[in-house]
Amino acid sequence: MLLAGVPGRLDVHIEHKSYRAASGERLHVLDRLSITLTNGEVVALVGPSGCGKTTLLRIIVGLDRDFAGSVQLPPHGRLGVVFQEPRLLPWRTVEANVRLAAPQASEETLGALFATLGLTEHRRHYPGELSVGLARRVALARAFAVQPELLVLDEPFVSLDSALAVRLRAELVELVSRRPVTTLLVTHDVDEAAALADRLILLSPSPARVLAALPIESPRRARTADELALLRNEIARRIAGSS
Amino acid sequence: MNVALRLASIALLLAAWLAGSHVMGARLLPPPQAVGLAIGREALSGALAFNLGVTLARVAVSFTIAMALGTVIGLTMGRFAFADRLGDPWLVTLLNLPALVIIVLAYVWGGLTETAAITAVVLNKLPIAAVTVREGARALDRTLDEMAAVFRMGRWVRLRDVVLPQLAPYLAAAARSGLSLVWKIVLVVELLGRPNGVGFEIGVAFQLFDVTRILAYALAFVAVMLAIETLLVQPFERHASRWRPRTA
Repeated sequence: MLLAGVPGRLDVHIEHKSYRAASGERLHVLDRLSITLTNGEVVALVGPSGCGKTTLLRIIVGLDRDFAGSVQLPPHGRLGVVFQEPRLLPWRTVEANVRLAAPQASEETLGALFATLGLTEHRRHYPGELSVGLARRVALARAFAVQPELLVLDEPFVSLDSALAVRLRAELVELVSRRPVTTLLVTHDVDEAAALADRLILLSPSPARVLAALPIESPRRARTADELALLRNEIARRIAGSS
Repeated sequence: MNVALRLASIALLLAAWLAGSHVMGARLLPPPQAVGLAIGREALSGALAFNLGVTLARVAVSFTIAMALGTVIGLTMGRFAFADRLGDPWLVTLLNLPALVIIVLAYVWGGLTETAAITAVVLNKLPIAAVTVREGARALDRTLDEMAAVFRMGRWVRLRDVVLPQLAPYLAAAARSGLSLVWKIVLVVELLGRPNGVGFEIGVAFQLFDVTRILAYALAFVAVMLAIETLLVQPFERHASRWRPRTA
């Protein structure tokens, strides 16, 4: 069930979601799972690979409607989504890819976005001519260009080398702090979650349930290595405690 | 180098033709210069331009209709399993009906009319276009579809920017094989039931055993189709594949 909602607020209540596997048996993926994001909040969903995170995201963005429960998006339901792969149209230029998703975006907005992400000189290039890192940046630019009410990121920096991932994370922090947007980030990378989120939600192995919610008080850009290390230990302890 | 090779190949063809004409006699295989003169004569009288024009118009109309309908049908069948199951026996039947049967039946049921002629050509080309486009539709990338859905792209944008570029190689293949098929079938249709066009002229020449005229019309029309291929089809293909990284 999809309902109209409160500005910038996401309410997800999933009673139950299962798949019918090719062998015919039912696989339970999600079970009594509730998540609420308030306006401008950045929440990271952290869970082991295969716990149902991607399924949960597909339900939230409306790609999977076969579930029991409800999803309440912000009122206009304007979504910016960054998938695990960039999913760019190879036959359209970088600029056209962004404009097709965000036809109402002004030249000023786009110019600023491209500048922040280092894409200005690549506007006229085709995705096939870009490096992996640049293609991910285009996917980020596309998601921000729609001025989303809800930004959804599904392991956006997976399979990048760590130096590049760190740089892209910093750019993401820069974009989110410039224009606060309710953000749901899915990752299995604890460091990534700790660096970006205001709150961490730990998920159990499949069928996914919420194990714990950990708020992070210090501002994103001021987090020290010690603080992140403490957080990492805390997460490891919670996950170990559950099993 | 390439041009020289091409010219040498054409010269060789003309030489073989000339030699063949000597062996078989000018009545069975008239020499190139006689055919050239015949083309000139027909061009001067205006008959060549008129008949080429009429045939070309039939090719253009039936090709356009067949491609448009074939694309719609192929796309629908490729995307919806229901439509595929419903339409597949029809396609298989049409694919395997000999062109001649379709043409004769169209004339019997529709009379010797322009509509019947065009319908017969369309029905011959349509199933091939539909089958080719269906393959393309089956190979469409779901991940791009999902991207278009979450970004709330409109129907027209999805068709123009997401679906059609993926179908472009299939459409080009259908167009290329289609063009050569359609003009051959148009000639048969004209031979059997039209009072003008290249096919009609060739039919008349056949009854008079006028091989020179047969070759004159056939070669003139091949030249026109080659021009269309190089001036229209190839530039379109280059434009449609401009985004592909060029291989060094």
